[in-house]
Amino acid sequence: MSRRRFLLAAAAIGGGLAVGFRAAPAEAAATAAPAAAATNPFAAYLRIAPDNTVTVLSAHMDMGQGIYHGTATLVAEELGAAWEQMRAEGGWGNPKLYGNLAWGGTMQGTGGSSGTFSSFDRYRQAGAAARMMLVAAAAKAWSVPAAEIKVDKGVVSHASGRKASFGDLAAAAAAMPVPADVTLKASDAWTLIGNETLPRIDSREKSTGRQTFTIDVKLPGLLTAVMIHPPVFGAKVKSFDAAKAKAIKGVVDVVAIHRGVAVVADTMWSALKGREAVTVVWDETGAETRSTAEIMASYRELAAKPGATVAENRGDVDGAFAGAAKVIEARYEFPYLAHAALEPLNAVARRNADGTIEIWGGHQMPDLYQMIAAKVADTTPDKIVLHVMKTGGGFGRRAVFDADVVAEAVAVGRAIGWKAPVKVQWTREDDMRGGRYRPAYVHALKAGLDKDGRIVAWSNRIVGQSIMKGTAFEAMVTNGVDPTSVEGSAHLPYAMPNRRVELTTTDVGVPVLWWRAVGSTHTAYAVETFLDELAAAAGRDPVEFRLDMLQGSPRHAAVLKMAAEKAGWGAPLPAGRFRGVAVAESFGTVVAQVAELTVGKAGAIKVERVVCAVDCGTAVNPDMIRAQIEGGIGFGLGAILKSKLTLDKGRVVEGNFDGYEVLRIEDMPKVEVHILASNAKPTGVGEPGVPPIGPAVANAYAKATGKRIRALPFAQSLNT
Amino acid sequence: MQVLTINGQRRELDVDPDMPLLWAIRDVLELTGTKFGCGQALCGACTVMVDGMPARSCQTSVGDAAGKPIVTIEGVDGKVAQAVQAAWIKLDVPQCGYCQSGQIISAVGLLSQNRKPNDDEIDAAMSGNLCRCATYHRIRGAIHEAARMLEA
Repeated sequence: MSRRRFLLAAAAIGGGLAVGFRAAPAEAAATAAPAAAATNPFAAYLRIAPDNTVTVLSAHMDMGQGIYHGTATLVAEELGAAWEQMRAEGGWGNPKLYGNLAWGGTMQGTGGSSGTFSSFDRYRQAGAAARMMLVAAAAKAWSVPAAEIKVDKGVVSHASGRKASFGDLAAAAAAMPVPADVTLKASDAWTLIGNETLPRIDSREKSTGRQTFTIDVKLPGLLTAVMIHPPVFGAKVKSFDAAKAKAIKGVVDVVAIHRGVAVVADTMWSALKGREAVTVVWDETGAETRSTAEIMASYRELAAKPGATVAENRGDVDGAFAGAAKVIEARYEFPYLAHAALEPLNAVARRNADGTIEIWGGHQMPDLYQMIAAKVADTTPDKIVLHVMKTGGGFGRRAVFDADVVAEAVAVGRAIGWKAPVKVQWTREDDMRGGRYRPAYVHALKAGLDKDGRIVAWSNRIVGQSIMKGTAFEAMVTNGVDPTSVEGSAHLPYAMPNRRVELTTTDVGVPVLWWRAVGSTHTAYAVETFLDELAAAAGRDPVEFRLDMLQGSPRHAAVLKMAAEKAGWGAPLPAGRFRGVAVAESFGTVVAQVAELTVGKAGAIKVERVVCAVDCGTAVNPDMIRAQIEGGIGFGLGAILKSKLTLDKGRVVEGNFDGYEVLRIEDMPKVEVHILASNAKPTGVGEPGVPPIGPAVANAYAKATGKRIRALPFAQSLNT
Repeated sequence: MQVLTINGQRRELDVDPDMPLLWAIRDVLELTGTKFGCGQALCGACTVMVDGMPARSCQTSVGDAAGKPIVTIEGVDGKVAQAVQAAWIKLDVPQCGYCQSGQIISAVGLLSQNRKPNDDEIDAAMSGNLCRCATYHRIRGAIHEAARMLEA
C-alpha cells in the first residue's frame, strides 16, 4: 500500500466480519495528522524503566524488516541515549498516536514499506521531547538552569558534577510539561542515524533462541488448536463427526467456528492426531472449483481483447502504432504465489476474569483486529488487549481484511467457553492452502519503434484479480482500477509520449492479497524484460536505451547509472557469464540491479552476483537497508526461479516446501548493495528490493541464450 | 514414560514414543528456541543435535531419540557454538530470526566436521535450512567468520 489514506469507521458492516476501513478524502485525513511533539512521549512512544532501559513503542510491527531497530534509532538519536540501553516493542490501541502517516494517519498498520517514512519525524520528535523533559526534571532537582544541562549517551549531567541516569529521572520527567515545540538535530549532528556500525537491536536474542514469537507464547493451561479449513475456497461446514477424535488422548474438544472446524488439545501433536480422526462434510455451493490451467486460459483470452478499464492513456497510441516502423508484442504469465513465511500463521487468545480478552499475534493492522476480535467475542473493542508479537516473516500475509487467524483464536476460545487460553496454530499445509495469494496475472505488451529505434507507442493490457475489490479497502479502487493491479505499469518513469495501460479485473474465488512488493512483483517483470527486448530490437545497449528515456526521472537515472558503474557494465565478463539489468520504483524507493549469471550444461541457471543501487532518501540504518535489499533479492529470485501455486479443480496442489519451492542457500548470489547519498525524507526498503531481480535475471538469461522467459516461474518455462 | 537426555539433563516425559521430538521439546519440555516450520524435514527450522549430528526433530520420534544426547539452541555450548553465535551477531545475520536456531545448529554441525568450509561446502551443508528472509548471503559470511575466529 503506497501513499494511501484510510479512515477507520467504528461500526462493523452488516452481520459479517468486514469492518470499515475506507479511503478518506485528502482534506479529512489532513486534519487528523497527529502532532507527536504535543503528545507526552512517555505516555505514547517510549518508556524508561528504573533499570535505565529505554523501550520504544513502535507504531509498526516487526516481521523481520527491522522497524523496531529503526524506530529505536530515531528515538535514541534525539533522546541522547546510549544504543545499548535501547529496546523496542509494538505499540497499539490508539490510532491518533500510531496511525500510519503514509496512509493519512488515522489507521495503524504496517505495510507498503511505509514504516520509516511514517516514523521519521514522529519518533525523532518523541525522543527530542523526552530529552527536554529529562533535562527539565534534572534542572528542577538540581536547581540549575536547563540550558546548562547536557545529555550524552544516556547520562544527564551538569558542570557542577551532578549526574543522573535516565532511569533516575524518568518518573519526574514524565510529569514535566510537554514541550510545545522541539528542535530536531541537523543531519550533520547525527551519530546514530546513518551509523554504519550500530548493532541490530535483536541480533542477540535471535541468535540464541531467546526471541519469543507467537508460537512460543506460554500461559498456564494453554491449549493448542489446529483448524480444518474448507478444501476449496468458499465451501462451508455442513456437518462434522468428532467422536473418534475426542477419544484420542490429549484431545479436549472439537468445535465448529465461522472459518471451519477446530480440534483443541493439550499439545500440537495431540491436536494433529485428533484432526486426522475428524470427518467433515462440506457444502461446496458457490465455491471456486476451477483449476489454474483453466483460469490462466481465460486470462489469455481476455488479454487478447481491449481491457475493461483504462488505467492510463496518453497521447495517440493507435495513431503511433500505425506509424511505427516496427511493432513488437509479448505476453507474460504470472502464477499465484504463497507468502510461505516460516512461522505458520497463529494467534493466542485468553479471556481474563475481568472480561478482557488478550490476543497475542502478528497484529499487522491492530485497530482492525481489535474491532474484529470484539465482534467475534461479542464484546466491545475496549475489552480487547493486544500483544503485538514479532513474527517469523510475514511478507504481507498478516495484513488481512478479516483478521483470519486472529479471529479463529478468539472464536475457538469462545466456542470452548473460554475454559483455557488457546493457541490456534496452522501447519505448513494449512498456511500454504489457506489462501490470500499474490494474484495470478497475464500481461499483453505491445510497443512500436520508429526507424531510429525509439519507442513511439506502448500498450500494456493486464488481466487478473483485484486485491481490494470486495473488501473494506474497495474505496481505493477508482474507475474500476485497483491501483495494486497496475502500479509499476501505469505512469512509468520513461518518456513515452503515447502509452496506454488497460486492466481487466477478473472474478475468481481464490482469495488474494499483497505479497512483498505487491503489483510491482509482476508489472516490473513484464515492463523491464519487454524494454530489454525492445532495446535488443533497436540494437541499443539496455542501459543507454533506458537512460535516454529517463531524462525527466533523475532518481531512476541515478540509480541505474550507479548500478551499471558498480557492476562494471560494459566491461568484459569471464566466458559463460552474462549480465542483465532492470530498474524499478516501488513505494517511493528506486532500485536498479545488475544480475550476472551462468547457464550450466543441463540448462540450469546460476545467478552468481547481483549489484544493486538504491535511492531510499535518507539512509537511517544503512546496514538494515542492505539486509532488506539482500533479502528482497533472495525472496524475489526464489519466486521467479521456482515458485508457483496451482489449483486442481479448486484444490490447492502444493502443500509444503517440496511442491512449493523457494530459494535455498545454493541459489543465493553474492549481493552488493550501494546506497545513494540523499537528504530527502526516507522511504522504505522492505519491498523495493524485490521487483528488479526477476527482470534483471531474465534479461541476463536472454543475453546468454537468446530465449525470453515469459511464463513464470523459470523452472516451468525451462521444462516445457 | 520416555526418558530423554536433553542439554545434559535427564528428563522423563509421559508421552507416546511416536511423538515427534519437536513437539516433546516445544510443548512438553517448553524449550521453544527450536521452531516448527514444515513438519516434513523440508525447512530445517526444527534442527537440533542428536548424538552430535544435526537432525530434524520434526521427523525424529521421541522413541528414536531416547538414550541419545540431544542438544537444542538453549544448550549449545563449546568453542564452535560460541564462534558461530558470535559471528551471527557480528554480521547481524537474523532478520525475522525464526529459522536461525536451526541455521545455527546446522552451522555448528558443519564447523565441527570441517573447520574451514568453502562456499560450496557451506551451501551443501546448509541447503536443508530455509530462510524466507533470504539471509543466506550473511549466513555464508558468518560461517566463514566463525571459521576465522576458530582458527585464531
